[in-house]
Amino acid sequence: MLSLQFVPYHEIEELGSARRVKKLLDIVKQDNIVLLQGRLKKEEEADLIAITMEEIDNKFKGIELAVVNPDKKTDGIIRNVKQNMVNLLLGDRQGFTIIGPASIVKDIKRDPDKIQLYTEEAKANGKGNSVKGRKKGT
Amino acid sequence: MFNAIRQFINKFFRNIFSKKKNIALGLYGPPNGGKTTLANKVCMDWLGEEMGTVSNIAHETREIQIKEEISLEKNGKVIKFNLVDTPGIATRIDYEDFLKAGLNEKEAKQRAKEATKGVIESIKWLDDVDAVVVVLDSTKDPYSQVNITIIGNLAARDIPVLIVANKIDLKKSSVKKIQAAFPQYEVIGISAKDGDNMDKFYEGLFEVFK
Repeated sequence: MLSLQFVPYHEIEELGSARRVKKLLDIVKQDNIVLLQGRLKKEEEADLIAITMEEIDNKFKGIELAVVNPDKKTDGIIRNVKQNMVNLLLGDRQGFTIIGPASIVKDIKRDPDKIQLYTEEAKANGKGNSVKGRKKGT
Repeated sequence: MFNAIRQFINKFFRNIFSKKKNIALGLYGPPNGGKTTLANKVCMDWLGEEMGTVSNIAHETREIQIKEEISLEKNGKVIKFNLVDTPGIATRIDYEDFLKAGLNEKEAKQRAKEATKGVIESIKWLDDVDAVVVVLDSTKDPYSQVNITIIGNLAARDIPVLIVANKIDLKKSSVKKIQAAFPQYEVIGISAKDGDNMDKFYEGLFEVFK
């Protein structure tokens, strides 16, 4: 059975970078797949990978990670500037981020607006669980 | 506009900095993309000696390797840099994968432990490189989050980037897929192993250092 835990952005909004990453990783280490509203900062994504590496042992093998973002190129300059201001003030809530434990999620195949999540059994059958994102907005 | 000003300021300070010391050119990418093969090719071409060992087993490079004072010369122009070969960045490391590759249990666990440290070192070095060549395996799906996170972090730090689509000697290679995934960057298809298209790669390096 797959356990998916939705984390709304407001739950990590007030946390500093280190605590955000720790909170998400703690959920993943309990064999849950995190579905985070929005995305981490780019530096936090790198921190997430680094902290994951620190935690790897014989039981915890790491994570699979994917971010699905709306296509900003088609939104126009003014809308992008507005969105960047909102992201700066409130955090990037557009799109979503999936983080799964490597022992459960074997692979995440990603197109710009579609992701396929392969679990151990699904990969053996050559089938993925598909999650389709929308190109604009959420 | 704000970005242009910020990039100008960063470039200005980087130029001042680069006059004091050789610039650090990092080779970044996921494991088994061919970073060390490319580093060896560059070192053989310009220094006449190799840099590190390569292997089909992932995470062969588990420590940062630096070759200092490489001088590239083309049409009377010279660029000098220190080449920084980094361990491949991954989000998962399972010692059992190394068992499957033929290592014994002790070796596999040791390799996994060293590989995790290598990834952390690579990420730390993002703050110390002045320009980066991202080495991607052109036979593989370019939309992996590791690729996106590496390139996103370099962009956030305003570090100049050249993307290399390596292994064009292989049948499944697709440079176009990588170009489609990262349209805002120059992508050069090469075979570091066979030395294909290296002239184009060196031209690309001159552009990165402009």
